[in-house]
Amino acid sequence: MNSVIITIDGKKIKTTKGETLVDVANKNGIYIPTLCYMKDKPCLGTCRVCSVKVNDYLISSCTVPVADGMVVEVENDKEGADMRKALIELLFVEGNHNCPSCEKSGRCELQAVGYETNMMVSRFPYRFPVNERDYASDNIWLERDRCIFCQRCVEFIKDKETNQKIFSISNRGSKSRIEIDIDLADKMSLEQVAEAADMCPVGCIINKNQGFNKAIGKRKFEIETVRERALNTQKNSKTT
Amino acid sequence: MGKKIIIDPVTRVEGHGKVTVHLDDNNKVIDAKLHVVEFRGFEKFVQGHPYWEAPMLLQRICGICFVSHHLCGAKVLDDMIGVGYSTGKHITVSAEKLRRLGHYAQQLQSHVTAYFYLIVPEMLFGMNAPPEQRNVLGLLEANPEMVKRVVALRKWGQEVIKAVLGKKMHGISSVPGGVNQNLSVEARDRLLNGEEGLISMDEVIDYAQDGLKLFYDFHKKNREEVDSFAEFEALNLSLVDEKGNVDYYHGKMRIVDNDKNIVEEFDYHEYLDFFSEGTEEWSYMKFPFLKRLGREKGSVRVGPLGRLNVTKAYTTPLAQEALERFHHYTKGKSNNKTLHTNWARAIEILHSAELIKELLNDVDLQKDSLILMPPKTDWTGEGIGVVEAPRGTLLHHYKANKEGNITFANLVVATTQNNTVMNRTVRSVADKYLNGNDIITEGMMNAIEVGIRAYDPCLSCATHAVGQMPLVVTIFDANGNKIDEQIKN
Repeated sequence: MNSVIITIDGKKIKTTKGETLVDVANKNGIYIPTLCYMKDKPCLGTCRVCSVKVNDYLISSCTVPVADGMVVEVENDKEGADMRKALIELLFVEGNHNCPSCEKSGRCELQAVGYETNMMVSRFPYRFPVNERDYASDNIWLERDRCIFCQRCVEFIKDKETNQKIFSISNRGSKSRIEIDIDLADKMSLEQVAEAADMCPVGCIINKNQGFNKAIGKRKFEIETVRERALNTQKNSKTT
Repeated sequence: MGKKIIIDPVTRVEGHGKVTVHLDDNNKVIDAKLHVVEFRGFEKFVQGHPYWEAPMLLQRICGICFVSHHLCGAKVLDDMIGVGYSTGKHITVSAEKLRRLGHYAQQLQSHVTAYFYLIVPEMLFGMNAPPEQRNVLGLLEANPEMVKRVVALRKWGQEVIKAVLGKKMHGISSVPGGVNQNLSVEARDRLLNGEEGLISMDEVIDYAQDGLKLFYDFHKKNREEVDSFAEFEALNLSLVDEKGNVDYYHGKMRIVDNDKNIVEEFDYHEYLDFFSEGTEEWSYMKFPFLKRLGREKGSVRVGPLGRLNVTKAYTTPLAQEALERFHHYTKGKSNNKTLHTNWARAIEILHSAELIKELLNDVDLQKDSLILMPPKTDWTGEGIGVVEAPRGTLLHHYKANKEGNITFANLVVATTQNNTVMNRTVRSVADKYLNGNDIITEGMMNAIEVGIRAYDPCLSCATHAVGQMPLVVTIFDANGNKIDEQIKN
């Protein structure tokens, strides 16, 4: 039997067994913020920003397949909501996220989720990491100190011929560093460069050929908030 | 025993400055200086950023003339990628006109702010009026209709900026090689015709004429005081087109003397061949000067007064009529009367409004040819941009390595160009108003501020600095002991 019933914020929802919790919530109009998660791509579970309370345990909703009788709290759980906000704040203080001069502004998921979670200022002290950039590639400008280690680029952007990874993470813990294989990066088509820049949820992977090409007011999250995008994407996929 | 007067902060200016006046035992002025005491360091922290971020980052120097910084930076980027003036190429006609539209709008709203909010209070109430009166609230009480018009005028200017740059402040439209959007027909019609809560283009021109009339009335009543206030000769600098008339967006740098003879004229890419900068330990603001003439004789005046002294004519009818009257007043010689800067500023408000009207009726603004993308082989890695900002000639100079990483930035802003003449103004006003007086009144010290405000200095831009905006006047005795100090926040 594939049909299951779960409860999200007190609302009974009939859905299909094994579907990802974050998708089910969004499909039913309950927004859960995400950063590393991309619909229809394998789950990464790296950012933890989608953590919600499932049967009284906090767990990342992008890694949880729904099961019958599951009780989920998203917006009703104020403590969980504050924890999600705290995670966003931590990401902001850990890197150099200078929205005013960053060309990703208006299309940056971290910024958009920051707005969505009503983050006005971080409760944590800023770390002010040393600016580190790799600009050796012909087409990609890597702003290392903005990387949030979501691993989207690592897992989903690969060399078309060899399927080798173009991006990787070196070291561990606080010494982790995003790396780029310049030879492979220089082989990327302009379309793939644009895909990588768009996939990056922050202003870490910048397309050198792009500049500030989208006018203010016409950028992704200015047309549609990150919440609206998430809910609409699910709604559209439901209809299709 | 002598005295030292300190005015700190100088009020109703952008940025943080103070004035010191040294008096001898007979209360005679020995020295007077404008000190700029803030520091920011934008030139340093833009290094390491991708070159295309510079105009976005550096426009944050200022909340008033950000469009000028943005466009100046954009011209540098054009040079860098190989479509700028240094390369003999040119961005598209539509792109340049869109940039000009934003530029004129900013000049309009910046001048309106300076003229009505910072300068008109003394024009209406006098320099000796109590401080509680000579401010925008005093204006509101005395002439609410005028203040409503000023608010409407500023709002309209900012709406034009928003239509072009996407935001009223620190927007983004210029990118390397052009602009990222054109002006829609709807946006154009809204600005031309107005709507509820937004005045029309023709009303803007009417209000601009009212502003000019305000100066004429004030001048008629106070001719002698206005004309003799801080009058001294200086060289005048402006960007000019091929006919020798001011061009706010692009042109050659022309410097004229008191008889309007051309002292120097050169392509702004050669700025460093002609100009050098002096420094003083008492101010963070540098002192640019023409190398050939030296520190004192080679300093220049920029901004509205400098521009009107350099330009011969305007292309727009109402501003041209006003310009002719302005030129006629000094019988063809340069106008050296500091307070006539406010006259020049009022004329430029009208000129900007007329230029905007011309552009809004230009179909090139709706065209789609907006960006040139030259091949990477055209990369030069260095550029210089100059525009006429509201306060005068503004220069940005950047260098980047072949990967696009900024390695050098130098900004020479209008207020810096005016540093020497502002100090001369302070000295001149101190001589006239403070000399020989036993008691220094609030009105006397305000006279010094009036002299400084005529330049509408932006001390934040000039030192590229972050900070508050206060002014201090300090009096020292002959032995350097502080005798009196007045601080305004």
